[in-house]
Amino acid sequence: MSHAEDYDSDRRDFLYYATAGVGTVLTGAAVWPLIDQMNPSADVKALSSIRVPIDGVEAGTQITVKWRGKPVFIRRRDQEDIERARKTKIEDLVDPLARNANLPPDAPATDENRTLDEKGEWLVEMGVCTHLGCVPLGNKAGDFGGWFCPCHGSHYDSAGRIRKGPAPQNLPIPVATFVDENTIKLG
Amino acid sequence: MSGIPHDHYEPKTSFERWLDQRLPIVRLIYDTIMIPTPKNLNWMWIWGIVLVFCLALQIVTGIVLAMHYTPHIDLAFASVEHIMRDVNAGHMLRYLHANGASLFFFAVYVHIFRGLYYGSYKSPREVTWIIGMLIYLAMMATAFMGYVLPWGQMSFWGATVITGLFGAIPWVGEALQTWLLGGPAVDNPTLNRFFSLHYLLPFVIAALVALHIWAFHTTGNSNPAGVEVRRGSKEEAERDTLPFWPYFVIKDLFALAVVLVVFFAIVGFMPNYLGHPDNYTEANPLVTPAHIVPEWYFLPFYAILRAFTADVWVVQLASWITGGIVNAKFFGVLAMFGSIIVMLLVPWLDTSRVRSGRYRPMFKWWFALLVLDFIVLMWAGAMPAEPPYSTIALIGAAYWFAYFLVVLPLLGVIEKPLPQPSTIEEDFIAHYGGANDTPAE
Amino acid sequence: MMIRKLTATALTTLALTTGSVFASGAGGHTEDVAFSFEGPFGTYDKLQLQRGLKIYTEVCSSCHGLKYVPIRTLSDPGGPELPEDWVRAYAAQFEVPDDSEDAEPGDTRPAKPSDHFPESADPNAPDLSLMAKARAGFHGPEGTGINQLIKGIGGPEHIYSILTGFTGEEKEEAGTTFYENKAFSTGWISMPPPLSGEDVEFDDGAPNDLHSEAKDVAAFLMWAAEPKMMARKKAGFVAVIMLIIFSSLLYLTNKTLWMPVKKQAKEAAKKAARKA
Repeated sequence: MSHAEDYDSDRRDFLYYATAGVGTVLTGAAVWPLIDQMNPSADVKALSSIRVPIDGVEAGTQITVKWRGKPVFIRRRDQEDIERARKTKIEDLVDPLARNANLPPDAPATDENRTLDEKGEWLVEMGVCTHLGCVPLGNKAGDFGGWFCPCHGSHYDSAGRIRKGPAPQNLPIPVATFVDENTIKLG
Repeated sequence: MSGIPHDHYEPKTSFERWLDQRLPIVRLIYDTIMIPTPKNLNWMWIWGIVLVFCLALQIVTGIVLAMHYTPHIDLAFASVEHIMRDVNAGHMLRYLHANGASLFFFAVYVHIFRGLYYGSYKSPREVTWIIGMLIYLAMMATAFMGYVLPWGQMSFWGATVITGLFGAIPWVGEALQTWLLGGPAVDNPTLNRFFSLHYLLPFVIAALVALHIWAFHTTGNSNPAGVEVRRGSKEEAERDTLPFWPYFVIKDLFALAVVLVVFFAIVGFMPNYLGHPDNYTEANPLVTPAHIVPEWYFLPFYAILRAFTADVWVVQLASWITGGIVNAKFFGVLAMFGSIIVMLLVPWLDTSRVRSGRYRPMFKWWFALLVLDFIVLMWAGAMPAEPPYSTIALIGAAYWFAYFLVVLPLLGVIEKPLPQPSTIEEDFIAHYGGANDTPAE
Repeated sequence: MMIRKLTATALTTLALTTGSVFASGAGGHTEDVAFSFEGPFGTYDKLQLQRGLKIYTEVCSSCHGLKYVPIRTLSDPGGPELPEDWVRAYAAQFEVPDDSEDAEPGDTRPAKPSDHFPESADPNAPDLSLMAKARAGFHGPEGTGINQLIKGIGGPEHIYSILTGFTGEEKEEAGTTFYENKAFSTGWISMPPPLSGEDVEFDDGAPNDLHSEAKDVAAFLMWAAEPKMMARKKAGFVAVIMLIIFSSLLYLTNKTLWMPVKKQAKEAAKKAARKA
């Protein structure tokens, strides 16, 4: 490049490295926002958690709400649902894990581990079949009094657990809590 | 390239040889970046790099903005507010893009005036100049359409005024205007197609820039002394030139960094200064703003457009000659485009055999007046179209045309130029002979 | 020569390039009051923004909307920074169009923080989300843009001036009542004076005279228009500092690179001078 007779070549090299280094840092600082702008924007992040009023939901009925772009079933189970689910033995289940985001990943799929409250009245689950993603039909549908997916014939019981058909896993339970007795917070 | 004798790319490794035989892209990049460049280039030669940076900045910020913008009249304004408020770093991206356009035009005006002063447009660089003018026209079209996209009051009414100009063209005007708008007035079809074209044109500009660089690499860069690089032998050429990398890449990057200090200060601390508050009000076809003004970089042409009213004698003469076909509105349109066309034709209008304005003592004054004229026209374009501003705009427009059509042709004949250096090396040495070292020059 | 010309051009261009000379009409006079967020190191005053929100809520919101402002931004850092629970309760007082499945058109529901403020209830009352950026308080002189360079565009100052500029005179024209206002472009505004002083009480006993109320709500509206101002100024500051460092390094690099070339030229010049 240049003939550095008098110039201290170490100082020159340091200068070149320092310039290149700062240039790299600046480029990185410029590139980061360009990548970050594709991350969820504030309005999308604001809907990552929603509150659902449940005061109008009668026993034995279900509401479906959209959360993070997907359907969530909130069912107020009746006595029949609860008994049927609690009578089932873990060994009879296709998927023995609770799939409950509020519990550790290895929790077993007991009915108590699937419902939101102690009494077992409230079941909150993703309304997306774990086979290929269709929305199962509810209101005691299928052979196990729970949900039935019409796409490829998966049967879920009254606790949303897969019992028959191609679906590999129980319907997942999302992060959910009672904010007060009339409101459930998802996410 | 450039006919200047210099060392060419020699593939060293076997991979390099393999690639070079199949696609000589490394050779192309090497020859481009190492091109012998006149030693004596001054700080007026850095604006090309600034312009390339601006094009890249606008394309990159534009593409990411387009991920969040909605080109529909009911949603456009709100989508821009969504970008400003919700999108991560959205406010910075938007302000960078809006002010980036201003930087782009500031740089292009300095770049153009540099060319006009130093005679860069003269033979053999006419094609470079013409491509440059085409780039400028494409920039204006891009900027005009881009400003419509936020769908503010100025977006809408600026679009209405400028597309209305097409209606002034005799015979085909109305059909042309309707075709452009996609309807009887600026509305959703207009917005949608402007979005598409605004996304497209920058890539056309990029292609034109590649041609522009190819053209001036073929002839070799001009330089402030206006004397050509000696091409007799490599040794001679090396006395007049230095390889572009690293000497001018580093020099240009330094200048770019300084320019960016000012740019980011504006973006960070006064991002709305160059804009118009009316564009923060959503477009309303039923309410016209008190004063419709384009963005600053269009103001000189806006002044020329408005200067030619029906009472101006030139307009009356033209109307009489053409039997009424040319009216005041059409005359204004012709004058506006004409002001760019005369600039485009300058390689043939300037009769001087001396290239650089440095050695043209009479020319310097007329040129300074042209720069002043440009600034005065810019100011007049922002003022209401009434006396005294309209009169000033008319005088300004008259001088603009007079400079290109009368002054330049005459000057070449009557001016006595100063003695010029015989070589670039001589000019470069003279610059440093005994003088104190000027910073980084 | 070119550098001097360029600097002159740069300064003139910068000063002349404001197209907003007549943004909101040339008739009104805007007073230049100081705001905490002005200048490169200015910041929003959290408590002032909260007071401004209270004034907006209790006085302005009856007619004016803020439809581009998401209610949740009231909790964001750099703004009024109100707690999320408070914001949730605050949001519920506004009614927004009901977008649920079984809603009829025209139905409304209480707003949530994720909703935007409602649009203007009065169709003649402009939405205030961007009012602080949509008006220029300062112009010229004579189209040179110098006033805006020095004092800023003057949006919030204009809002303050409107709120404090009522003279008390009224007139009727074509069935509409107009109120004389020194700051308004035509001198007569169709909005009746919304504030008269002591319209709102502040829990911390902060002053609620007309001047203070007008300043507080103007500051709040500036935040409503530009909630990211603090982040923007910080980014600008960091960028400028880093680029100054980078320019300095490039200056030294460039100087180092060119030194042998210039030395050679200087020596050749001396040789030529000795020969002559």
